[in-house]
Amino acid sequence: MIGLRFMRLGVITLAIGLFFGVIGGFQFLFPDFLRELLFTKTRAIHVSMVVSWIFLIAIGGIYYYLPSQLDKKLYSNKLAGWHYWLFLITGILVLVSYLSGKFGGREYFAFPPILSIPIFLSWIFFGYNFFRTMSQETESWPVYYWQWATGIIFFFLTYTEAHLYLIPYFRENMVREIIVQWKSYGALTGSWNMLVYGTGLFIATRISGNDNVAKTKMAFALYFLGLFNLIFGWAHHTYLVPSETWIRTFAYFVSMTELYIFGKIIWDWRGSLQQWQINKHDTAYRFLFAADIWVFLNLGLALIISVPYFNLYTHGTHTIVAHAMGSTIGINTMILLSSLFYLINEAKVSQLDTRETKKVINGFWITNVSLAVFLIALICAGLGKGIFYTDMPFQAMMFNIRPFLVTFTLAGIALMLGLWVVLWQAFNKLGILNGSIDVSKQDEVRVNKQPT
Amino acid sequence: MISYFFYSIYIFASGTDSLPGMIAHSDESRHGQELFQEYHCIACHQFYGLGGHMGPELTNAMSYRGGNVGEIIARQFLANGGNGMPNLNLTETEISALIAYLKFVDKTGTYPPKNYKVKWGMIYQEDDPEWVSGEKL
Repeated sequence: MIGLRFMRLGVITLAIGLFFGVIGGFQFLFPDFLRELLFTKTRAIHVSMVVSWIFLIAIGGIYYYLPSQLDKKLYSNKLAGWHYWLFLITGILVLVSYLSGKFGGREYFAFPPILSIPIFLSWIFFGYNFFRTMSQETESWPVYYWQWATGIIFFFLTYTEAHLYLIPYFRENMVREIIVQWKSYGALTGSWNMLVYGTGLFIATRISGNDNVAKTKMAFALYFLGLFNLIFGWAHHTYLVPSETWIRTFAYFVSMTELYIFGKIIWDWRGSLQQWQINKHDTAYRFLFAADIWVFLNLGLALIISVPYFNLYTHGTHTIVAHAMGSTIGINTMILLSSLFYLINEAKVSQLDTRETKKVINGFWITNVSLAVFLIALICAGLGKGIFYTDMPFQAMMFNIRPFLVTFTLAGIALMLGLWVVLWQAFNKLGILNGSIDVSKQDEVRVNKQPT
Repeated sequence: MISYFFYSIYIFASGTDSLPGMIAHSDESRHGQELFQEYHCIACHQFYGLGGHMGPELTNAMSYRGGNVGEIIARQFLANGGNGMPNLNLTETEISALIAYLKFVDKTGTYPPKNYKVKWGMIYQEDDPEWVSGEKL
């Protein structure tokens, strides 16, 4: 089944991305470490691989859940297959370009812009397949459909916007280029959050057996607020770039609201669960619960750094990295792992036994504890940079914050190992599940009844 | 979708043309910009606090020490590397192009802000268009 193939590839990309993240951590401390593999390469590989993880698991989940859980016949399995191969081949080309030192040179999209064409094309395949599949739906959509649809549409818009720098009108004006770049990146992150949060809410409805969670006013309030945040919230990245003040002031108000509402929905949903439901999906529930905790912690940090006066001291420091890592690992990755273990435990053939569950739980704790240390070290390093960098040379500042960077790297190793334990179990189980599925009998995979 | 479209057009067109002291790209600085991207310098360095954390922030690298001290230091690093910066084996032409690009960037504004006011938690800085016009102060 194509969704499972996407997810297995996603597990591999995260495992590799974590490894390059640890290499980058060592290079941060010891710049001569693996000198042939410059930090410019390791950082690009790390970022591209972990971002691919988010997209692959979210996309794979949508391809998997639509036919197997939501009674929608996928419009075209062949198109989904092309999507997969195009994504995979482009990904390999991106890696080759990095390793050979051929860069497009944009932060986060460091590959040559020509490779954006197949990525864009693969999303056309995905979007067309999704909307043709959803055209079968006759009833009103629960909110996760809206989130998935919005995520797909806004990926097209924001990914296009991220390439406007190729036009001289944007490239010739430094400030305009930065503003448009970060507008597109902020909104692009919002579009993948739509895919991930939609998946999170979908899993919540399945664990509770109650689809109404995704039809409440609060759920739709989250959706509209998320959309609002996607459009306007980006400007907190550019408080200190000279541009119009109202744009920044507006972002100030909208940038800290989305996480709160999402956290509240999950919190309310937890309270409504019966013990037997929690036990049945113990592993998926555990990861979703962790995501909820990280939402609240990250909200606290977001509140502080979104106040422009505090942003003056945190912008451009490791504190912002802590916020980004807290969001992508603590929230997005926990939700996506919840999605993986939900579908693994749904099918009898791939259910975790006691020993395997124990390994996943151990990995879960190693991951979350090391993530907490990792983020605290980054915040401390960021505060150090914010305080020291104003009146001392860069190298002296780096020397002062070195203990935090050492802690960050060691915690990063533990984080990688913890996630590897979890990912190994997921990878094996997805393989077993994939091997057991006869494409013509996909519906038999489903064990649970459709929620009421 | 429509609101996103109009909002985007507004962002693309406003607030970035009237910054004081800004200079136009020359062919040399344009070449420097291309080199900056080809070597993926943003992985380690920042402009306006946006970018990597391994090397120093570069927005005002040319001017913050006064005179041409910034240029002398930058030329040294670009030619030989050091302090974590790899030796990229750049030619003299490439080094000059990168210096021209850094000078171009330097004129676009000040980071971190030196001359600013705080009002309702917002920062109003000297090169903010609204600071210049005085409308919000």
